[in-house]
Amino acid sequence: MELNSMDKQALLTAVESKLKAQFGEGFISSKLNVDFPEFTVKRDLICEVVKFLYDDEELAFQYLTTMATIHYPDNQGHEFALMYQLHNLPNNLRIRIKIFFSNSDVNVPSITSVFSAANWMERQEFDFFGIIFRGHPNLKRILNMDEMNYHPMRKEYALEDGTREDKDDQMFGR
Amino acid sequence: MSKEKNINTNKEVVEKEYSTLNLGPTHPATHGIFQNVLKMDGEIIMDSESTVGYIHRAFEKLAERRPYYQITPITDRLNYCSSPINNMGWHMTVEKLLGIEIPKRVQYMRIIIMELARISDHVICNSVIGVDTGAMTGFLYIFQMRERIYDIYEELCGARLTTNIGRIGGLERDFSSKAWDLLEKFLIDFPPALKEFENLLMRNRIFMDRTIGCGGISAERALNYSFSGPNLRAAGVDYDVRVMNPYCSYEEFDFIIPVGTNGDTYDRFMVRQQEMWESVKIIHQAISKIKKEPAGVFHADVPEFYLPPKEEVYNNMEALIYHFKIVMGETEIPKGEVYHAVEGGNGEVGYYLISDGGRTPYRLHMRRPCFIYYQAYAEMIRGGMLSDAILTMSSMNVIAGELDA
Repeated sequence: MELNSMDKQALLTAVESKLKAQFGEGFISSKLNVDFPEFTVKRDLICEVVKFLYDDEELAFQYLTTMATIHYPDNQGHEFALMYQLHNLPNNLRIRIKIFFSNSDVNVPSITSVFSAANWMERQEFDFFGIIFRGHPNLKRILNMDEMNYHPMRKEYALEDGTREDKDDQMFGR
Repeated sequence: MSKEKNINTNKEVVEKEYSTLNLGPTHPATHGIFQNVLKMDGEIIMDSESTVGYIHRAFEKLAERRPYYQITPITDRLNYCSSPINNMGWHMTVEKLLGIEIPKRVQYMRIIIMELARISDHVICNSVIGVDTGAMTGFLYIFQMRERIYDIYEELCGARLTTNIGRIGGLERDFSSKAWDLLEKFLIDFPPALKEFENLLMRNRIFMDRTIGCGGISAERALNYSFSGPNLRAAGVDYDVRVMNPYCSYEEFDFIIPVGTNGDTYDRFMVRQQEMWESVKIIHQAISKIKKEPAGVFHADVPEFYLPPKEEVYNNMEALIYHFKIVMGETEIPKGEVYHAVEGGNGEVGYYLISDGGRTPYRLHMRRPCFIYYQAYAEMIRGGMLSDAILTMSSMNVIAGELDA
């Protein structure tokens, strides 16, 4: 069956059944977003999942569009989410893969062995969120200075200087 | 010359030593603040390491504290050579989240603005390739055309470089008659100027010898590095967001996607050159399409997101309420998660936006094409000459603002 970029439900079903067949328990959930289908998988399997989707002849997700970490400080046990956005260029299929993990263990397998582009993307996530990518060839800060001793995009770091008293966030803050 | 020994020494074998060269951070030939630590064997680059982040300004963090309409000026400063494309990309992302339908006329007006921005972006990049090969004339000559584009921006939004053009839900004002005049004159004067620029370089033996085979990358490697835009197309992959995932009614327009074969500097130059011709074609089509649409429409009818005209704010109850709500950030923003990409000057400029219903985004991630493809630079210049590395960088069109966000 030829997958069509318009039929998102079919794409969702196709990817879900393949991931379930291949990874069983490793597949957690799926949902259809406004734009693309989204799949949640087990954190430790992410490299295998990406590799599987890359190698699969029908799906062939061989383009890594982007990667982003999201910090949910109130989500106990799943404080961090990491989003990978994959693209199949010939058929124009797009999906999102998400993994959730806890604050206390921020180790994630690196996908640099599949996508060279993931190198700097992962360094960026390390820099801003402190996610440790296991197997990354050169995991160090990229945009911030090396001396920095915290990971600024985490929600506990307010944008403005926390010591200021003249700014009241009640009305205008987030 | 032997690569292993110093042949000038006839006594004993001399141990080989590489020298380290700092290219940048502030080097006139890098056109921005980039540092590359090169390991050199004479003039040959053996290895290099790129250091980025010199002008990092924490856009993603800033965006978490700003209402949606205040994020537009941040996007200006990504790829500042084509700010309007970034602005439009951001507006469309928010419109996707809010589910706003934009009138056709506004979409075509946006297309005109975006294609002008693409021309100005490519004009800079291509003329700078000329400068780096030693041809200053074309650069100075074609820059007056970029100036004309900036005059049009100025007439449309009041600014030239960091444009902050358009609003969520449309444009802030209609094109004035002066803007139409400027656009019309530009469309008359630009093609001959571009043709002359092309004649200077395109079949110029010196330029061709200098750029063909310089800094090439194969399609497989380019895809693995997630290249997009002209750099990917130069390698032979016809991926263009305007065609693959059309926005702003691009599907109604007739244009081609130029592709190269070798992915080298010359192909990148040629792809950009051809894209400018296509942009001119698109602008002509957009103008004729606008003429068929009802005049005077320049924004969607979404009073809860689009600021009312000032004179109404003072005299009309609803307008005052909406004005207050928008400015104070009291508008209802739906929860959701969207990704929207536009074809920027350098490739796929994407915004990944997560809203939790608050007045600011919960998380905004920008896919910056420069950041993603610049990491291939080390691989592309390895084994080449230092002077080729300079050319490769300028032909990749690495913009510091976008790279460092």
